Amino acid sequence: MNENLSVLGVFSLLSVLAVGGGAAVLPETKALVVGAHHWLTDDQFRDIYGLGQVVPGPNMLMVLVIGYHVTGYLGALLAFIGFFVPAGAISWGASRVWDHFEGSPWRGALQRGLAPLVVGLMAAGTVSIARTAIDGATTIAIAIAVFAGVYFAKRVNPALFVLAGGLVGLALLSGTGAGQP
Amino acid sequence: MSMPAPPAPDGAGAPAGSPAERDAAPGDASFAIPRGVPLWEIFATFLFIGAVSFGGGVVAYLRAGLVLQKKWLDEERFLSALEIAQALPGLNATNMSIIVGDRLRGVPGAVVAFLGITLPGATLVMILGVLYASNASNPYVNATLVGVGAAAVGMLTAVTLQIGRKQLGSLIDIAIIAVTLVMVSVLHISLIWVLLTVGPAAIFIYRPRKSPALDPDEPSEPAA
Repeated sequence: MNENLSVLGVFSLLSVLAVGGGAAVLPETKALVVGAHHWLTDDQFRDIYGLGQVVPGPNMLMVLVIGYHVTGYLGALLAFIGFFVPAGAISWGASRVWDHFEGSPWRGALQRGLAPLVVGLMAAGTVSIARTAIDGATTIAIAIAVFAGVYFAKRVNPALFVLAGGLVGLALLSGTGAGQP
Repeated sequence: MSMPAPPAPDGAGAPAGSPAERDAAPGDASFAIPRGVPLWEIFATFLFIGAVSFGGGVVAYLRAGLVLQKKWLDEERFLSALEIAQALPGLNATNMSIIVGDRLRGVPGAVVAFLGITLPGATLVMILGVLYASNASNPYVNATLVGVGAAAVGMLTAVTLQIGRKQLGSLIDIAIIAVTLVMVSVLHISLIWVLLTVGPAAIFIYRPRKSPALDPDEPSEPAA
């Protein structure tokens, strides 16, 4: 069985299921990558998700690192193509015909109905990361502090809070064996 | 339950097949998407957005770059592109780059815009990923990433709550959110089944209804 084809297949499936963006497809990503295929452990998944949070641009670029862990640089490329090209092609095609539906009342129904579904999926994505990332008082404190920062200090770039969380982890959790495989 | 299509509003009947036809469509706002923007400029613009958009809110960076700075789109066209990007699978950031690139220069524009917005982050995450692979059991790396993971939980919670509070409020919305969350997080039902059951149900709940108050001049019987 060819692992490269599996990588392409898994991420292509995730691509067309990613209604509502990256956070909404996180639980399914974890279920396939950690659960079904055993490509990563829980802790590796959390770590790689963390790497994806400290780089700029679209927030699911971590698929490159997951692919790299399976079959090296080719796996990284295939995960990237798989995750971004199918959904991109759908958007490209849809944007060319979308204007035809300008007056359709179903367009509004689609948006109105999908909005709460997407929020539910984002909440599920948060739960899926929390299950491995929240472990002990320090991590709870970091999560609450970052939540308050992002929620109330809207003018501050959220990436700064995420980086601060990493520094707090480095300062307080080194030597405790936190996250050790 | 098929309904007769409502009369197309102004401009909607114009073909949207090619950028030229769209630009020529009368009745649109006076704004026209510029033609002949060089591919390198599209690439450079999206590359810049891809390099500076730390923290997840790529849409805000896109609006600043494309609407305010380059003036390639007006607010209305930006929101219409965002509408498509959000309703369909995929990430807002990459879908937007493809849609806007396509509107500016067709398929080559879409390709360079997509490569531009992903290249900086992809390069950086690959460097970090390779370093991580050879330091996966370094206690300092682990401790830092545990902190980043915990911080990501706080950030995701805040973003989910902000989006939820802005868009939703009715009990029906809260019920749809709860059902989705329970199906995915508690019952571990595969996403494809969640989308195929909750999606159509939610769209049906918000299906278009004939509201007599909106068109009092129409005859009460629909002209089928």
